[in-house]
Amino acid sequence: MNEKTEKLIDKKGIRSDGRKADELRPVKLQVGVLSNADGSAYIEHGKNKILAAAFGPREVHPKHLMQADRMVLKVRYHMAPFSVQERKSPAPSRREVELSKVIKESLEPALFLELYPRTGVDVFVEVLQADGGTRCAAITAAALAIADSGVPMRDLVVGCAAGKVDDTVVLDLYDAEDKLGIADVPVAYMPSLNAITLLQMDGILEPAEFEKAVNMAMDGCKKIYEMQKEALKTKYMVVKEVEE
Amino acid sequence: MPTFFEKKQLVTPGELLAEGDYLPGENTYVEGGKIYASRIGLVDSDNKKVNVVALRAFYMPKMGDIVIGTVIEVGFNGWTIDIKAPYTAMLRASDVLSRPFKPQNDELSQVLTAGDLIVAKIATFDRAHDPQLTVGEPGLGKITRGQILHVTPTKIPRIIGRKGSMISMIKQETNCQIILGLNGVILVTGKTLDEEELAISVIRKIEEESHTSGLTDRITHLLKEKKIGKVEENKVE
Repeated sequence: MNEKTEKLIDKKGIRSDGRKADELRPVKLQVGVLSNADGSAYIEHGKNKILAAAFGPREVHPKHLMQADRMVLKVRYHMAPFSVQERKSPAPSRREVELSKVIKESLEPALFLELYPRTGVDVFVEVLQADGGTRCAAITAAALAIADSGVPMRDLVVGCAAGKVDDTVVLDLYDAEDKLGIADVPVAYMPSLNAITLLQMDGILEPAEFEKAVNMAMDGCKKIYEMQKEALKTKYMVVKEVEE
Repeated sequence: MPTFFEKKQLVTPGELLAEGDYLPGENTYVEGGKIYASRIGLVDSDNKKVNVVALRAFYMPKMGDIVIGTVIEVGFNGWTIDIKAPYTAMLRASDVLSRPFKPQNDELSQVLTAGDLIVAKIATFDRAHDPQLTVGEPGLGKITRGQILHVTPTKIPRIIGRKGSMISMIKQETNCQIILGLNGVILVTGKTLDEEELAISVIRKIEEESHTSGLTDRITHLLKEKKIGKVEENKVE
């Protein structure tokens, strides 16, 4: 590796992409972008571009995955070969299999699994362009896709990360910060219920720093949550406008 | 005991609706004594009951519901029917033949075959078993003519109207027979193609504007207008 000549955070506390420590990247959300899926959403989180589609509840395939007492949620996280600088093989990598599981487990608490036994909901997440923090952006989009498909939910799930870069705890790390930084803490959160559904940490943090990072990520989630609600409402606003 | 919504406000899953002395209605749930929405929709309260009229939902089978389904498979002693629900339904041969079914005497695919449409009632359904259908009542059975259209299942009550006011008006004004499947499939059968097209366009309009007030009046108006238009067209010809 080349010498780390450039600092990730300058003397004024401005990060290498021009953000302050507690500033999110710009987020754009859109619901109902795919007509063949029961529900769908598209997110642009900084330079991340991710599509999510949800199907169901429907019969589970393959049959042996069916559960007699609850609904199964299946998630496929996949990165397009062109989503990163170096071509990524389209075959599911170890990392993608893991992220599929992680996203699935962070969405499950939001669903009423026990109400629809012997059925399954499929969620497909396709990363078109990646720039760090794709799992969080994927969770945000996947939750919207499920809500758009008409499957009842306890709350929308929002993903957002915080971490440590140089000596500072910062919000929403992008690719370079993720790779060169000290630690990354992705959090998935249900704001209305004040419940965390995913908490990971990659790197080393002091207990106080960890707590600060989690709180910072939760605050970030709350900001994205508002945009998420707005995006979902926008699709159905047409109905409301007719009413007025 | 506050509520946190205005009448007919658009809410998203997870939005807090009410606290305290209220009852959770459709598309809501209770967590820690608070009522939250579980689907995107419009809130409404009826006495102490908080309801969300969902804008997006799927059909859940219920015993006694009339549904319209498509035969997807002919089996050994019955048919598998797609009723646009999370579960596929079964229709037993003995139910259709109304006598004991003998595989050596009856060829099931001659009665109903893949692709056929049927009007049926849900005979049984619970958590552990797929829905069973029955056609052993007047008005049920194979569909031989008419047109099919699909709407969101949540819109069906609006098409029926209060005590059936809306649907009976459409039937009367268009001279069409209309069967509403609660699974969101509608069968329109008229004497002429024009009458069917009129009924379909009216139903589409209701679907689009299902949450507006005074819809019945506007539909009445529309029906009258179209009818007069038709008469005049005929005169010109």
